[in-house]
Amino acid sequence: MGRAQGASHSPPSLCDGRFCFLVRPRIKTMRYIADIVNADKMSGRSRKYKIIFSPQKFYACEMVLEEEGVFGDVTCDEWSFYLLPLDEDIISMELPEFFRDYFLEGDHRWINSVARALQLLNSLYGPFGKAYGIGRCAKMSYELWRDLEEESEADGQGRKPEIGNVFLMDRDTDYVTALCSQVVYEGLVDDTFRIKCGSVDFGPDVTSSDKSIKVLLNAQDKVFSQIRNEHFSSVFGFLSQKSRNLQAQYDRRRGMDIKQMKNFVSQELKGLKQEHRLLSLHIGACESIMKKKTKQDFQEMIKAEHSLLEGFDIRESTSFIEEHIDRQVSPIESLRLMCLLSITENGLIPKDYRSLKTQYLQSYGPEHLLTFHNLKRIGLLTEQSAGETLTAVESKVSKLVTDRAAGKITDAFNSLARKSNFRAISKKLGLIPRVDGEYDLKMPRDMAYVFSGAYVPLSCKIIEQVTLGRGWVGLGLVGPTDNPAWDSQRVILAVFLGGCTFSEIAALRFLGKERGCKFIFLTTAITNSARMMEAMIEAKA
Amino acid sequence: LKESKRAVNSLRDIVDDDDDDDLERVSWSGEPVGRRNKLPSFQSLSDALSDTGVKNYTPELRRPKAEYKDYSSDWSPKDTVRRMQRGKVCSLERFRSLQDKLVLLDEAVAGHDGNVITAVLIFLKRTLRREILFRELEVRQVALCHLIHFLKESGEQKFLLDLLRFLDRTEEVALSQYREHLNIQDVEKRREFLKGCIGLPFSAEDTSHIQDHYTLLERQIIIEANDRHLETAGQSEIFRKYPRKASILNMPLVTTLFYSCFYHYTEAEGTFSSPTNLKKTFKIPDKQYVLTALAARAKLRAWDDVDALFTTKNWLGYTKKKAPIGFHRVVEILQRNNAPVQVLQEYVRLVEDVETRLNLATKYKCHDVVIETYRDLKDRIQLTAYKCKVERGSAEEDKINSILNNM
Repeated sequence: MGRAQGASHSPPSLCDGRFCFLVRPRIKTMRYIADIVNADKMSGRSRKYKIIFSPQKFYACEMVLEEEGVFGDVTCDEWSFYLLPLDEDIISMELPEFFRDYFLEGDHRWINSVARALQLLNSLYGPFGKAYGIGRCAKMSYELWRDLEEESEADGQGRKPEIGNVFLMDRDTDYVTALCSQVVYEGLVDDTFRIKCGSVDFGPDVTSSDKSIKVLLNAQDKVFSQIRNEHFSSVFGFLSQKSRNLQAQYDRRRGMDIKQMKNFVSQELKGLKQEHRLLSLHIGACESIMKKKTKQDFQEMIKAEHSLLEGFDIRESTSFIEEHIDRQVSPIESLRLMCLLSITENGLIPKDYRSLKTQYLQSYGPEHLLTFHNLKRIGLLTEQSAGETLTAVESKVSKLVTDRAAGKITDAFNSLARKSNFRAISKKLGLIPRVDGEYDLKMPRDMAYVFSGAYVPLSCKIIEQVTLGRGWVGLGLVGPTDNPAWDSQRVILAVFLGGCTFSEIAALRFLGKERGCKFIFLTTAITNSARMMEAMIEAKA
Repeated sequence: LKESKRAVNSLRDIVDDDDDDDLERVSWSGEPVGRRNKLPSFQSLSDALSDTGVKNYTPELRRPKAEYKDYSSDWSPKDTVRRMQRGKVCSLERFRSLQDKLVLLDEAVAGHDGNVITAVLIFLKRTLRREILFRELEVRQVALCHLIHFLKESGEQKFLLDLLRFLDRTEEVALSQYREHLNIQDVEKRREFLKGCIGLPFSAEDTSHIQDHYTLLERQIIIEANDRHLETAGQSEIFRKYPRKASILNMPLVTTLFYSCFYHYTEAEGTFSSPTNLKKTFKIPDKQYVLTALAARAKLRAWDDVDALFTTKNWLGYTKKKAPIGFHRVVEILQRNNAPVQVLQEYVRLVEDVETRLNLATKYKCHDVVIETYRDLKDRIQLTAYKCKVERGSAEEDKINSILNNM
């Protein structure tokens, strides 16, 4: 489905009597449409105009249409398209704007959409069992959804539910994971090539021809489905093994008689050809990724990231970031690294904040002053204020605790003093695995493999804790207070409000296999660090 | 069902409603007239006293007609919000008292639907004086966020700035105004605009950033004009050999410095386009300066210039090489620009970390450096092994042999 038509601003050149606009409910889009209608009026052209709002119309849009004097000239419809299945276990709402609208601007406009999506899923696959959540948005979405359920006369009785429990999580519960470089294949492809709506454009450097090709990446792709969740180090080996197998299959035809050959051609050849095509595409993608990464000092960057996650060599990592900025490597990557430093260290020390900000503005442009302001507002890149008291930190962190009244403040938070909350949570939840010897990435033993064994994604760890019924590790989640019998609830709906990364999906798929349950992912959009940073940059007004 | 029930109830009210129940009738003289009195209203004392045929009319004191219950506008604030959440058309006009408006707003916020919150705010904005609205929003954070976002999206800059000023968020006032520069395409106009931004209530640091932005654009305009002139005149060799691919306008400072190091390296500090002038004006740290100058001179294959960047003379007149950036970075940049091995080798030799030095030297075939390093490490095995990497009968092979013999 992708973006709606109104996104590009070149005037349509059709001379038809009817215009139909399929749009997201944005004021800018309304003005664009109004300009067209008014221009037509000016030139005496009469047309029919229909605006189809997806997923719904906003009152502000009507106001603008009225203001522009075109309210009576257009008819408005709604197309309640809430859910786009990207794969057999991923459902996206394709609302990337959710992240900025809610977390930066504090706008609740999409909460209704989330509630409706939940209602829809509930009616199709429910009734859901219990609902759990962490974060303010999770709470509001849950409450609005419950209201919708109460009002509707749907009776979920008598149908066997296909989804058991639901877990809702705000993106800002765990920014760290979203900011890390991804090293599972699907995540790496997303970081490198940008997957849109479940498909990706592979350019000539991948296809080894002069053509670009658009590829659908889901479980249907037999090669992809086997490597998507694997750590990148395993992928190349796997692909070359597969190629050798394929070659062996092809070679079989040497010793064949006519009958066997006929059989081979009719039954197997097509499949082999298909596999060959996919293999060469993915091998091409791997090579392209390798080339890009070696150019960018990927190894060094990963080393710096891991240091930040683990909490040592902070000065060295800061110098690395400084140099990264000086060399003008990439405005998005430099920002990402600064944010990672800030979140893991609970803010940059004022001296570093000032100097890195100055250098960033000098390297990438003075207008990024606005970007820094946004990052500060949203809490991704902040300055440690003098005297970071426990209460100040607690109140920042209280976003995580939705049921504060119940007094469920975790020990982790209590032991904060002047330490970073990330460090405390990391320690409490054991996010940095202790490794004796090498971490086996081919046969991973825990979710940390998605980050080369250095770090278990916090969001996934929280979900793991919940599925183990370990109370909430004092994290103060909403939901039933009894320990649920999760074993009977085989399918769990994990809802990410503000975006979900492929690394988190891979980690939870792994967890599901381990625990004998299956996760279905509902996300407002697929995200990664680049998308998050881009959302914070102030483009042209 | 609920709706129809309510409608029926309201209808009953109208049907049964005796207008007169709500009224207190008073005659013109002020005496209350009996409630159940259904007599025509024009009774008065004077009428009773005279029969001159003059008709007297007593205006009734009654509640305005508009206040009659009307079944379609019976919804409470909470119900109105509910209906709006379901997408129904709702006229908010009847919420006229400030209190009703605020209850409506608070209900909208409690309902979590931003679409409805914004709709109510649009209505309040239209029907309340600014200061009243601002005052109420000051204590309603969620609603405030929605209004600010709405104002940004609908481009109501003035209203937004008034709101921010009222809230004493002066820094945001400054940033919001600064943000407008992104809309100005014409460079001169943008420069003027930026100049005007300097006095805005930014923080101390941001003020200096804005100042730098203005100064930078001002310089770029001058440089661009000069260089375009030089280019078209065709006299300058550097511009002929390396025609410019893009204008320097609106580029970041570092890019501008690179450009200056590329096209104007030898100029004296006095000119606007000289690198040293840029360094001084914008207080560019040595590290950044050296890195950028190196990249530019390396691109031009000006190895002598590169040399000069790192050479310092001590008081005795001896030269030595120093770098504010690691020499491995220098090597990387030189290599990227295909520097000849002799040049590369000199800098690989200066890499401090032995392992890195060996890696780079091996990678870029700086044989002498490899040999020297293994010699210093007294590593016979590696040295012997390295023999197969050098050419048979070459000077390098001889070197290795001679070292091995002397170990």
